[in-house]
Amino acid sequence: MIGAAFGAIYFKSLLAAIISAGVISLLASVIYLVLGSPDVAMTEASIGSGLTTVIFLYALNSVRREK
Amino acid sequence: MISRILIILGMVGLFMIFLPIITNFHESQNLRELAVNYVEGSVNELNTPNIVTSVVVTYRGLDTLGEVTVLFLATVGVGLLLKRRNGKQVRRPVSELLQTTSSFLFALIIMLGVYIFTHGHLTPGGGFQGGVVIASGFLLMMLSNVNVKINRTVLHVVESFSGTIYVLTGVVGLVLTIGFLNPKFLPLGDFGHLFSACAIPVIYSFIGLKVGSELTNILDTMGGE
Repeated sequence: MIGAAFGAIYFKSLLAAIISAGVISLLASVIYLVLGSPDVAMTEASIGSGLTTVIFLYALNSVRREK
Repeated sequence: MISRILIILGMVGLFMIFLPIITNFHESQNLRELAVNYVEGSVNELNTPNIVTSVVVTYRGLDTLGEVTVLFLATVGVGLLLKRRNGKQVRRPVSELLQTTSSFLFALIIMLGVYIFTHGHLTPGGGFQGGVVIASGFLLMMLSNVNVKINRTVLHVVESFSGTIYVLTGVVGLVLTIGFLNPKFLPLGDFGHLFSACAIPVIYSFIGLKVGSELTNILDTMGGE
């Protein structure tokens, strides 16, 4: 998870950075599940690693088109 | 160079601030008085096996109403800021296999979302999680099918209708029982059944519909931009 966090900061490719930011959320949701709170884990997995990644990708796409 | 030193100093300072919290931390062995009240109340008075749901919908119902309002404002903001592009987008045609599979999966995903928010009082999850799952189903359709058009009028109607019903349920609770968003005006039902736990499933279902339609709206707006 910490490796993914460093990757999100230091990757030169923005796509790889977005994907590793999603990986952080996915691993965080696994941690929540292990710690015994499935409600929070579901929210984190669906919103953090699903919707946020997609919205970042949309933003990346429209920034690229502007260039 | 100097900025890097400042950053490191700042991080060390932050660590020193949080150090007492880490060193003094010890896990409490028994619940505090308020938590005991919630845990006993959700089983005895509200018949909800999932205590998180009874806290979110009933004891902290006003918070949940606030969260839904924040989400609504976010949707309105996205809709105001991002205008739809008029020019037609040229997109690659999607393969037959992907289209067929995604329309098959779409029904399953929507069903899972509806299951999550109707069973919010029995199993983990609830309105917010179910709504997000439904929105991800719509996202799959948007990404995989070129010619899918989402009817925005239906989205707006579902969103405002469920929001209104949610607030009205709260007002009904205020009139019939002791407080706003108090769900005790419906029968308790049997412990662990779908139709039990007063009005909690009703409230959570409408929250799920509202969240699902709002997030679909956001994704639709951002995808069309």
